Amino acid sequence: MAKIDEIYEGVCKGNRKLVAEQVQAYVDNDGDVVELLNDTMIPAMRDIGDKFSRNEVYVPEMLIAARAMQAGLDIIEPLLAAKGHKARARVAVGTVKGDLHDIGKNLVVMMLKGAGYEVIDLGVDCPVEKYEEAVKEGAQVLCLSALLTTTMPYMKEVADHFKGRDDVKILIGGAPVTKEYANEIGAHGYGSDANDAVRALENILNAA
Amino acid sequence: MTREEWTALCDAAPVLVDGAWGTQLQARGLPPGEGSDRWNDTHPDDVKEVAASYVNAGSRIILTNTFGANRIMLDGHGQGARAAEINRLGAALSRAAAGDRALVFGSMGPCGKMLMMGDVEEDALWAAFTEQAAALQAGGADGLVIETMAALDEAVLAVKAALTTGLPVVASMVYDSGADKDRTMMGVTPEQAAEALVAAGAWGIGANCGQGPEGFIPICERYRQACDVPIWMKPNAGLPVMVDGQATYEMTPPEFADIALRLRDAGATFIGGCCGTSPAFISALAGRLQ
Repeated sequence: MAKIDEIYEGVCKGNRKLVAEQVQAYVDNDGDVVELLNDTMIPAMRDIGDKFSRNEVYVPEMLIAARAMQAGLDIIEPLLAAKGHKARARVAVGTVKGDLHDIGKNLVVMMLKGAGYEVIDLGVDCPVEKYEEAVKEGAQVLCLSALLTTTMPYMKEVADHFKGRDDVKILIGGAPVTKEYANEIGAHGYGSDANDAVRALENILNAA
Repeated sequence: MTREEWTALCDAAPVLVDGAWGTQLQARGLPPGEGSDRWNDTHPDDVKEVAASYVNAGSRIILTNTFGANRIMLDGHGQGARAAEINRLGAALSRAAAGDRALVFGSMGPCGKMLMMGDVEEDALWAAFTEQAAALQAGGADGLVIETMAALDEAVLAVKAALTTGLPVVASMVYDSGADKDRTMMGVTPEQAAEALVAAGAWGIGANCGQGPEGFIPICERYRQACDVPIWMKPNAGLPVMVDGQATYEMTPPEFADIALRLRDAGATFIGGCCGTSPAFISALAGRLQ
């Protein structure tokens, strides 16, 4: 099956109402929801994410696209579950301890959901224990966010805590965070923006 | 401050503003990641010392330790009910440090939530900003500066809320996105910001944080082209690099002063610094201006 142009465009343009209507119509016609997700909806989010990375669109466009995507996901998620469809991986996303900023973290959550991952949103101000809980809930990758140079060093504490545990991978990102810092603290991946986080996650999972 | 007094102040351009506060408070023991605003109550002498250090360095306008003190942000620390008190104290501390040597502009930062996504309601945001503005005025602020805004809807609402005090209001955006770092995170250009903020009634418009002083020069020029209100520029001391797990700004005060001075030629009325700057940066700038 090829992509369904109307739904694809609806997600890219952030037309929530149209996406909900079209996805519902597709479902009502017994369309294959796994194909819809993989061939139309996920590629549409990838398209808008890549435009974001190329500075062709900015955060608002990505947000409304993610919102339209979610409107479609809300309809197909129960059907995917009923078919035994498994998400590509379960991951957890949280802003580190001491940092209450959630805009960047929320963007990452949306983009990862839009890429077909099951996401546990840990919220802001997360201590090591919170990430540990997420691992117990089956998170394979922990995504750490920080906006402040003063809270970023907490990422190292989290990375140190999970050092030597092969079942737990760490992906970090946020305004002051760099690839060099990720290497320095032994993180498994670094996302330079919310879209790049998706690519970084895919790299981690492919390497595992 | 009357319009005439504002005009007289702007005629003395460039007017030196202050530098960063957060790092100065951290040097005095503020734990990393902790909101600094409550220090107005718990560590007033330290806050006043930072304010005084900028007056002594040559700042003709100093801000207040109230950047994150709107009710919505403070709610995140369980301190929302104390918003008015924290702002009043912050303005009073800067006022006491400034005496008749400097003016005090009350600092108002973003609420941390997105209006466009419905994460916060307009009514709640209006209430938070009007409360903060009134408390800053009650504490003795001569003007208000809305800083580090990425979203234009929030900035415009904050300007209108701040104007209810009758004080001069400056609105400053943070440009840190796009290939040339001439967009805010929400994609706003200097031209779009100038048009909307001036239309909202801002007495001055500006840019702060997000990048070092070089990138502020074209932004300042574009503001100058787009409108004729006074321009407020507070760049970072470059971008931080991590050294031994600590964010460090490697730009020196003389390097910063050399570039910041070019902002005057680009049309800036007010020049100061944001993250990574200190009283030494303002002193260096004051020295160049003499």
